[in-house]
Parts: sequence; C-alpha cells; structure tokens
Amino acid sequence: MNRRDLLKLITTATGVAFVGSAMAYDIRPSVSLKDTDFSKDEVTFLNEIAEVIIPRTATPGAKDANVGEIMAILVSDCYTQDLQKVFREGMTTLDNEARQAQGKDFLLLSKTDKQALLSRLDKEAKQANTASGLDDMAMASPNSRWPDSKKPLPHYFSLFKQLTLFGFFTSEVGGTKVLRYVPVPGKYDGNIDYKKGQTAWAT
Amino acid sequence: MANNHYDAIVVGSGISGGWAAKELTEKGLKVLMLDRGQNIKHIEDYKNAHKEAWDYPHRDLATQKMREDYPVLSRDYPLNESTFGMWATEKEAPYIEKEPFSWFRGYHVGGRSLLWGRQSYRLNHEDFLANQKEGIAVDWPIRYEDVAPWYDYVEKFAGISGNRDGLDVLPDGQYMPPFDLNVVEKDVAARIKKQYKNTRHLIIGRAANATQAQPEQGRAGCQARNKCWLGCPFGGYFSTQASTLPAAMKTGNLTLRPDSIVSQILYDKDKKRARGVEVIDANTNQTYEFTAKIVFVNASALNSSWLLMNSATDIWDEGLGSSSGQLGRNVMDHHFRTGASAVVEGFDEKYYYGRRPSGFYIPRFRNWGSDKRDYVRGFGYQGSASRTGWRKDIAELGVGEDLKNAVSEPGTWTIGMNAFGEMLPDERNRITLSKQTTDKWGLPVLEMDVKIRENEQRMRKDMKQDAVEMFEAAGLKNVEGWDAGYEPGMGIHEMGTARMGRDPKSSVLNQHNQVWDAKNVFITDGACMTSASCVNPSLTYMALTARAADFAVSELKKGNL
Repeated sequence: MNRRDLLKLITTATGVAFVGSAMAYDIRPSVSLKDTDFSKDEVTFLNEIAEVIIPRTATPGAKDANVGEIMAILVSDCYTQDLQKVFREGMTTLDNEARQAQGKDFLLLSKTDKQALLSRLDKEAKQANTASGLDDMAMASPNSRWPDSKKPLPHYFSLFKQLTLFGFFTSEVGGTKVLRYVPVPGKYDGNIDYKKGQTAWAT
Repeated sequence: MANNHYDAIVVGSGISGGWAAKELTEKGLKVLMLDRGQNIKHIEDYKNAHKEAWDYPHRDLATQKMREDYPVLSRDYPLNESTFGMWATEKEAPYIEKEPFSWFRGYHVGGRSLLWGRQSYRLNHEDFLANQKEGIAVDWPIRYEDVAPWYDYVEKFAGISGNRDGLDVLPDGQYMPPFDLNVVEKDVAARIKKQYKNTRHLIIGRAANATQAQPEQGRAGCQARNKCWLGCPFGGYFSTQASTLPAAMKTGNLTLRPDSIVSQILYDKDKKRARGVEVIDANTNQTYEFTAKIVFVNASALNSSWLLMNSATDIWDEGLGSSSGQLGRNVMDHHFRTGASAVVEGFDEKYYYGRRPSGFYIPRFRNWGSDKRDYVRGFGYQGSASRTGWRKDIAELGVGEDLKNAVSEPGTWTIGMNAFGEMLPDERNRITLSKQTTDKWGLPVLEMDVKIRENEQRMRKDMKQDAVEMFEAAGLKNVEGWDAGYEPGMGIHEMGTARMGRDPKSSVLNQHNQVWDAKNVFITDGACMTSASCVNPSLTYMALTARAADFAVSELKKGNL
C-alpha cells in the first residue's frame, strides 16, 4: 500500500477528510508513477517526445530530467478530465501520425524523422489553437484550466510541449544544469551586465 | 495546579498579538498569549524553507483535488503545495457568505505574520482626517502625530527597509537601507517623474525585510531568496517567531499556550470589566478559564469582533462592545486585482542578481493636492519589472535545440503593477454571528455581508486606466490594462468591525483602543480601524498595539484598570 492509498483509507475510516487535519507547512504526500494511470512504457514514450522538444545538447535534456514521469503525474492530478482525454487521445494520434508518415511507431523513427514530425505537429497545433482563439498553450501553467471552463480544448501537441517545458524547467536538472540557480543570493543587485548566451535564473 | 491568573491575556499571536506580548512582558507584566492553532517553532518548523519546485510532488502546483477540497482558497494564490496547511480551510473553519467573501486566515502561532506581504507604510496626515472632512462614518479619535512616535518605535525594531522619499502622501520612517529599484524601474521612474511634473512617484517599496542583520534579535537579515511565505530560517523578515516572540520570551514573563480557542471574554457586570477568558483546548476539548487584569484582543479583525459578539450576551444581545450598534459593522479591505502590464525595450544588455522580496510602489496621487475625482480617497500601485524566463513567447520556435536555447535565456523586460484602493467604511458592510450554523467546537460561525459599492467601482476605473496611461506616458510598449475582478477579503487586509471613535454611541473603541463597554479590554488589530487608507495596514497595527500597551500599563500602575 502506498501513502496515497493509506490516506484514502484514513479518510474513509474516519468519515472526515484527512485534509482537514493538515499540519502547518504540511509535507504533501509524494506521488509516484504507480499513483497514475500511466505505465512505464508510456513514460518512456513521453520521454522520447519530450527529448525531441528539449534535447540533450552540451547540457542535459528532457530525458535526463525524466520529464515523462512528471508529465504523467501532472496530467493525472493537475489536468481537468477533458484535458486528460485530449492528452490521452493525443498519445495515440501522435503514434498514428508516425505510422502514416513513416510506416513505423514513433519510438522507432530516426532522430531526424522525429524532429520533422513534431515540428509539423507543432505548427499544426499553433494553427489549431489560434483558430480556436487560444493563447500560447505551451506556456500556460499545467493547472490553468478549471473543470467548469467553457474555453475550447487545445490541440494535443501544445499539451505535450507545455508539460515538457514546465516539467523540464521546474526539474532539478533543468533548474540547476541548464538555467542558473543560486539558492541563497545574499543580496539583490538590480543592474548587472548581461551577455547574449547566458542563461536565465531558475527562480 | 496550573496557574490560571495572569496580569494580561493576549488573544492571538499574529502581527499585533506578538507586539502586545512583547510590550506587556517587557514592561514587567506576566502575560498569557493564546493562539487557536498549533505552535510553529522558529526555523525548525519551517519544513519547506529550503525547497525548490522540484522538491514538491506537483512542482508546487495546486492539484484539481486540492481545488475541489478547498474552493475558497483556490480563488487566489493561497492554494499551493509549499504553504499547504498554513491557510485555514473552509472545511475546518467554516463561515457563511451572504455576499462573496474570500477569507484567508492563518490559524497557528504567528498567524499571518509568517505569510504576509511585508509592505510597510505609514498612514498619512490626511488619512486620519478624511472621515471628518468628508462626513463619512466617524472621525478618528487620533491624528497622525499621535501615532508617529509609535511608528518610529516599531519600525526600528521590526526592521523595515526603505528609502526616505520626502513625500507628504507617504510619510518617511526609520528605515534600513532600501532594496534597489532595478535598472528598468529606475528608468520608468524617471520618465514618470518627468511626464507628471513631479506629482507622481515610482519609489522602492518599503518592506519588513531587514537589509541589515539584527544580531540582538538573532536575525541574520534578508538573503534575497524571496521565499518569505515558507518561514525564513535567516529571520530575514519580521514575523512573530523571528522578532516579537523571542523578545517576549526573553523577559521570562510570557506563557504561550497554542491550541487554545478563546470562546468568550468573561465579563464582570458589577465591575464593568472583563475578568478573563474562556478557552477550549483544541486537543482535549476541555474548557478552561484564565483570568487577568487586562485582555488584549488580537485575533485578526473579524475574529476579534467575533469574540466580542460571543461574549457577555446575557447583558447585550449582540455581545460585548455592541452598545453603539457598530460592532461587526464597517468591514473594510483593500480592493485590488486591477492594473496594467507592458514591455520595456532597450535593456537587453541588463539583468539582475538575487530575488528581491519586494517591488516598487507608486503612492496615491488621486484626490491628493489639487486633484479631484468623481469619487473620494485613492489608491497606490505595487509592481515590479523583470525579464521573462523560460515562459516566453516563442511563436517562431518549434521544437528542438533552437527552442531549448531560446527559452533558456532571459527574455524581454516586462513591467506590471497592481492597484490597491481604499474601501470606505459603510455600516451596511457587516459580519454577524450565524443563528443556525456552528463549527466543530459548537461555536457560531460568522456570516459575511460585504460588498464594494459605488465609490470603489468608480475608483476601479481609474485604477486600471491610470496604470495604462502612466505606462504609455513612459513610452512603454504593448501596454495592456487588466481587471481580474475583486471580491471582499481577497486583499487579506480585513479591517473595521470594532472601530475607534470619539463617542461611545457611535464607536466600539476609544482613542486608546479600549472597548467603551469594558475598559480593560483592548483591541489593536485591524478591527480597530476607523478608515482604511490605501496603504498596507500591518505597520499601523504594530504602532497602535505598542501605543495601547504603553497606555494600558500606565493605567494599571495608576490603579485605573
């Protein structure tokens, strides 16, 4: 039994929400892949997609940060049901697109073919979202949609991109190895020189 | 047997309660400070203080389940993983919204002193006169000059960083060195100053973040981490835990009793004085009585009035202090969530270091000096300029290395600001005790019946439009005004409900924060405010608390209490 199941049990057993006895600066129960409806294979698939969006270069990429797993967790817990459905169906659609274009599963495509396919889907997503009057969904927070939202649903690929960017840049790998991270700055200086190519502060 | 008698009881341990405990104990009184929630020990209980996004299960986002469980908290920023458990929930502590009211409370030792925004401004001379001049509500029984020395006193101890800007509208105080305005903010400040011929000012915010160490308080000072709401292991900002509680403890005169829900003030009708309080122990559900010569009520504005309403109901139907009919009335907050944003060009070679836990401030300019509007009072702006991070417009970039490189670099400079407007005291804006609904302790819950009205609605138009106009006048690009909507309570600046005044027929408290109907009961939190000003109010609660504590002790010594 994991912690989350235990919490459910406590809630049921006492008839009051466990959340009611939250402690100050409560430590939220950790979540693992087992708590989601996603399998390890699906996380591998998501990591492959994410790696095309944010590849390893001189610095680590999406797979190094295991972005696929946090994508699964965020979809399961922070997405509304209608978005979950778009995301889930998108996983199938994306694989179908690969087979239609190249005659094989996405995972089996060459790096160049993966890049070509996702670039095309990215353009398609932008067009579709613009047509529905949606802003840049790729930059939106993963929990920005509410259950009662009447807004049109976004193109699935913008969700993959959104979760990859969010998942990567809020990860320790992305935050400290790609962006610059100083845990205790000690002071604020509002005027320092910046040279093109230097990365942004993580927080 | 435990000692149940003290010289003074302080109900609540937030910003004003902590000050009451410090002042009273330092003046030699034996003090019992009660808080309804659990204890939070300085540093060791700040469990998330060193965490980053990657240390939280959902990277610090609220989940859909959290939103379902806490619909009130999810109306604004309080719901997230890093401060979970710190904001009281509507499940644990329910209330009734006759009109929408977002009530964001901190039910633990230290209260919202651990969670506050730390902006620390003085009310100005006119703030104390406005009600009288405009014939609104009642006149303050005190003037700026009465509070000024107490502002000096609390600023020095709390550690307020700020600049002495020399503006009548925002009196200067006793400050530690200010944070920097960044290079873009300085530029915009200069342009605004020029465009508006020195009638509008963009200045650095004045914040209870200490830019210098205060070794006598064990505070290392602000380290520019901007994680204040997680509790600061460096004592970088003023909180009960970092500042007033250790000072009170050092005297040896303080007893702190957490998990103690004060259910009523015990009133002696012959002596016309409070004799103590009744407490429900949150752990054992047992009831205790504690007695004292004086009682300071610092439970936060609405709960302080709740406590009075639930006391001495055998004498007054509507509770202790209700003889004027004003108890529970004149609820105020600051209405906000409207302003503007813009893009600033020309500073691509500039950046900043560190995370400033504060921003800029534009003090009130409407209905000030010769300016006259179709509403009364005014508003100030809080904002900041920064470079976008990985969340930036990447319309041209698809997927892959170019995208990664582009989003890893700082993007364009943007600037934004949010107006905080004064809300008028209005008798119709009131809280009452529910006759039907009780909480899990069997205590009646509050019913909120509060709305912003015509004056605030008119002001809101300027709050947005003036922001747009100033950014445009400063030559900024992509200027966009916004109004995210406001409902009372969201400002987390609840004020009023037990106002100070000159006449027991029209006010709950006198000029020394004494309840007219029980002179040994003092209320010095937001409840006492006769009007709201447009500046953040906590510094004023500190000053009024220190002032009232000084008066209370001198009265005790004279044998008047």
